[in-house]
Amino acid sequence: MDSMKLLNLLADDPRATVTDLADILGESEETVAAEKANLEQNKVICGYHTVINWDKTNVEHVDAFIGVSAKPERGTGYDKIAERIARFPEVASLYLMSGTSEFMVSINGKTMRDVADFVGEKLAPIEGVTATVTMFVLKKYKVNGITMDMEEDISDDRMIISA
Amino acid sequence: MDYERLLSKYAVEMKPSGIRKFFDLAAEMPECISLGVGEPDFQTPWDIRDAAIHSLELGRTKYTANAGLKELRIAVCEYMKRKYGLTYETEETIITVGGSEAIDLALRALLEPGDEVIIPEPCYVSYEPITTLTQGVPVHVPCLEENEFRITAEQIRNAITEKTKVLVLGFPNNPTGAVLRHEDLEAIAEVLRGTDIIILSDEIYAELVYGIKHESIASIEGMRERTVVIGGFSKTFSMTGWRLGYACGPKPLIKTMIKIHQSCIMAAPTTSQYAAITALRDCDDDVEEMRRQYDLRREYCVRRLNEMGLKTFEPKGAFYVFPNITSSGMSSERFCETLLQEKHVAIVPGTAFGPAGEGFARISYAYSLDHLREAFNRIEAFLKEHKGEN
Repeated sequence: MDSMKLLNLLADDPRATVTDLADILGESEETVAAEKANLEQNKVICGYHTVINWDKTNVEHVDAFIGVSAKPERGTGYDKIAERIARFPEVASLYLMSGTSEFMVSINGKTMRDVADFVGEKLAPIEGVTATVTMFVLKKYKVNGITMDMEEDISDDRMIISA
Repeated sequence: MDYERLLSKYAVEMKPSGIRKFFDLAAEMPECISLGVGEPDFQTPWDIRDAAIHSLELGRTKYTANAGLKELRIAVCEYMKRKYGLTYETEETIITVGGSEAIDLALRALLEPGDEVIIPEPCYVSYEPITTLTQGVPVHVPCLEENEFRITAEQIRNAITEKTKVLVLGFPNNPTGAVLRHEDLEAIAEVLRGTDIIILSDEIYAELVYGIKHESIASIEGMRERTVVIGGFSKTFSMTGWRLGYACGPKPLIKTMIKIHQSCIMAAPTTSQYAAITALRDCDDDVEEMRRQYDLRREYCVRRLNEMGLKTFEPKGAFYVFPNITSSGMSSERFCETLLQEKHVAIVPGTAFGPAGEGFARISYAYSLDHLREAFNRIEAFLKEHKGEN
């Protein structure tokens, strides 16, 4: 089966069931399930995430981006430091960057205090980390390609039949 | 007042669109799911909308030149070159209110009473009424299922008389989704060489083709001088509401079209024209993504219909499939009306696109896969319930 088609369908709708996917692709459910499992095993599909606007809940929540300056280590470059940073469950994403600081870390915490403690007590003391710049998120407009609160009329207002 | 006597008999005799009747029926059905639209379901790409907004911020709210913004006409020429290898000067282009105005202008610029227009059918609904309104004579030629709904050079040769003025070629085709291949175009060109027949090539679906590249008949040797190519923004860029199209062709013909356009339209909408420059120059990726989605749906529709026993040819263009419904034992109209009444699914009888559409129905796949799946499940149930009735 065409795994690109399967990937595109899942990228559009991660909730699509194997039955749905099999129907759309014209394959058996077994074939689709096997291919999906295969893509997951090979880490082509790395996960399925739900995008939640926590601002609309009562849950206390704060996000921050932290620029982390670091010195590479002989032999392992940045990989060892990156691994140390990535192991913390507070770290939501981690990128090696061009620009002023080496890493960009995004973290999700409950309060600004939590984030400050994480940076001061866990992130900054890591060996090789030379400086951090913490930036708090004030409002989210778009996450992973999904707009959070923008108005767009998505109803189908086309004439029901046209030439 | 005796309006019957007052109204122009040519206008009164114009055939009403076969689509209209069906629209009225479907509109009364509250639970109806439609597969009847002739327009994309995607939003116009944001870059295009943004360009329109920017033009308004700059205060570009006046008439443009009659033939259209110079910059847009240049962009059209660049686009025709880049996409189809066709070379046009700006004076050989006109910006119109949709492709449909370009069809109207071209036919009015060419036809005199009694001139014959060869119209391969089934086809888009407006060629015939515009022809008769100008007192031209439509000559219908059926595109057959066994030829994958392509018109053949032989059929055209047989339809030509000394009165033939125009040959309409609407490919990729609405409603069948058929396309003409290089060898078809060459054969048609061979028939037309040495005649004075003008080709009205309606290529509005040129960018919505699957697994092939669109080729314009104007690119075949000797055809450019006798072809007016009609294009538009509605289908390719999902811009139906912006009402914008264009035509490219020989200078004397375009000049005459501009003259008519000047009197009845003045100029195409200014905001749309600014947006269209961005569409032609910067939106290939958006179009590619829409095409990818259509392609997936197209394969789905063809497979489902064939599986449920409606023989369906694999269309290579546009966003329609055209299943053969004769196995149901019903006529096209009967099939579509019964389906609408019993299952509340609206599809369009093939006969709305000319008598050659009898035995077929047009299904548009400009809908989400979820919507299509639900509609096809209903059609499948409908077929099961009526099995063995013929």
